[in-house]
Amino acid sequence: MATLLDKVWDLHTVRRLPTGQTQLFIGLHLIHEVTTPQAFAMLRERGLVPAFPDRIFGTMDHIIPTSSLCRPAPDPVAEEMIATLEANCREHHIPLFGLGDSHQGIVHVIGPELGLTQPGMTIACGDSHTSTHGAFGALAFGIGTSQVRDVLASQCLAMDKPKLRRVRFEGAMGPGVTAKDLALAMIRQLGVNGGVGFAYEYAGDTVARMTMDERMTLCNLSIEGGARMGYVNPDDTTFAFLRGREHAPKGEAWDRAVNWWRRMASDSNAAADDERTIDVPRIGPVVTWGTNPGQSVMVDEPIPDTASLPPGEREAALEALQFMGFDAGETVKGRRVDVAFIGSCTNARLSDLRAAASLVRGQRVARHVRGLVVPGSREVQHAAEAEGLDEVFKAAGFEWREPGCSLCLGMNDDKLSGAETCASSSNRNFRGRQGSPTGRTLLMSPAMVAAAAIAGEVVDVRSVVPRGGVVQ
Amino acid sequence: MSASRILSVAGRALPLVGDDIDTDRIMPARHLRAITFDGLERHVFGDDRAHAARDGRVHPMDDPRFAGASLMVVNRNFGCGSSREHAPQGIVRWGIRGIVGESFSEIFFGNAVMLGLPAVTAAHEDVAALQAAIDRDPRTEVRLDLESMRATAGPLAFAVHLPAAARDALVTGRWDGLGLLLQDFDQIRDFAAKLPYLRDFA
Repeated sequence: MATLLDKVWDLHTVRRLPTGQTQLFIGLHLIHEVTTPQAFAMLRERGLVPAFPDRIFGTMDHIIPTSSLCRPAPDPVAEEMIATLEANCREHHIPLFGLGDSHQGIVHVIGPELGLTQPGMTIACGDSHTSTHGAFGALAFGIGTSQVRDVLASQCLAMDKPKLRRVRFEGAMGPGVTAKDLALAMIRQLGVNGGVGFAYEYAGDTVARMTMDERMTLCNLSIEGGARMGYVNPDDTTFAFLRGREHAPKGEAWDRAVNWWRRMASDSNAAADDERTIDVPRIGPVVTWGTNPGQSVMVDEPIPDTASLPPGEREAALEALQFMGFDAGETVKGRRVDVAFIGSCTNARLSDLRAAASLVRGQRVARHVRGLVVPGSREVQHAAEAEGLDEVFKAAGFEWREPGCSLCLGMNDDKLSGAETCASSSNRNFRGRQGSPTGRTLLMSPAMVAAAAIAGEVVDVRSVVPRGGVVQ
Repeated sequence: MSASRILSVAGRALPLVGDDIDTDRIMPARHLRAITFDGLERHVFGDDRAHAARDGRVHPMDDPRFAGASLMVVNRNFGCGSSREHAPQGIVRWGIRGIVGESFSEIFFGNAVMLGLPAVTAAHEDVAALQAAIDRDPRTEVRLDLESMRATAGPLAFAVHLPAAARDALVTGRWDGLGLLLQDFDQIRDFAAKLPYLRDFA
């Protein structure tokens, strides 16, 4: 009677360190251009080289332009970071999906897409949204640059085992409700720091019915609730997604893999340290009103009176309201938006773009709105183009971009300016997150972003009837 | 790089009040646009500081009363959000040698320890009392002792906490733990060779 956390942790425990921590072997190390140059430099200083270069894969996503693929990149700093990762990967024989490569994309989109992400693995990356890969039943978590150095040098990390909280999602999702809404509702309920010290195991009938794209969105947002990792036990949905992917096992090896993957799932009666239940039918489309992902309401619900909040949260809520230009009691619905962003490791997979396109088809982006669609990867981009989604977005007045992180964190030219309000399918509404110190981010699902772009203000996606039927 | 033992941190402290202060606020992403950590001390809390100045307020990091502080006193869930090590790198390069807080995000905490920056936790009342005391008298000498696991500041004295592994790493000077991980590389290689997904269906 063990959980997936127990089984995968034990399987990867090289030894117990004299400090009491676990020396944990990392099965897959994903790297990108922003959090690794210093790690390679530290390695060089010590005369070390990557120990397991065939367990490391690189991509470019954070700083790269999404408007052009030309080299040298117009931004000299971006060019320097791109060239540095290229040189490091070349020197150490690390496979790299560089600018223009058919596999390039946001690190948390391409890992699963290529079948690199597999159940039962430990996965680390210098990015906090590495929790995304937990959707496959992996223990996946973000690390800092010194830890990137450690993994490069030893393929190991010194870690403390987290406690386990099982979060059960029970019941059917209502119309217009997505995995994004469920995750935001969970973070509101459990708190932005509620998951500190825990790994989250997502369970319940709702999760069992979810597609892999939905599970990835849910696991992606674990860290926004404080949990460094979140996972879903692997099942037939997982295996069906992986089958035939480039790095997935083939032939007889596939059958051996599936047998083993099944055994890595939590035993049905394995206890967690804590258990919570989320009542799914009560959840509607969620939007954030504040400056952390826990400060949210359902789209038709008024922003809470700060007096109703616990004393410790009042002052922060007041500050957030002031920053965002909201008053308590107002609804987010009706808020004029300047920018609509469909993208990020949270919501830039094909299903996200389809859902957004179904609301955009035959419509026009409001005159005052700048709309941006940034596919999560080259593969997503090509698949969307094969379905004509790019034409749908462009005809409506959206910009259709090359894959990358883009406006989620404003490291390239894609930024808010001044106090612009952005309806965003990304993951963080922190102050300054989207590149303008005074920019305002409203987190919501891709369909809600699309609906806001057309209306020019936040609307309830359930009140919008798409031309040509609803795509869920 | 040889690490030194960190037994205590003493000096003046600056209060940074507020829960859930994220790493985007500590180090906005535009300052991650570099291949080194050099110069990050100039950008710590850059936007908050500029914002305060525009509003005619003084951010604690720009307040001459706290100039030269070597400790920082924070509240709940400090360093949440992005895994960027640039955040604690900037804090250390600014001159901070220890942080006392109610709680820290896990990734930030791990990054801090790897830089030899003790990030200790204490009870809400103790943290609030310390913040009030240093705000009242910024010359107050604050001492964080990792051997006794206590913080003292004038008449204030209270227990602080640090996971055992982190505390040992700091007080024995082994906070840069790569050497420990590489102690027996053959063991790692043999271990990897037995992992089912590398052995049976790679």
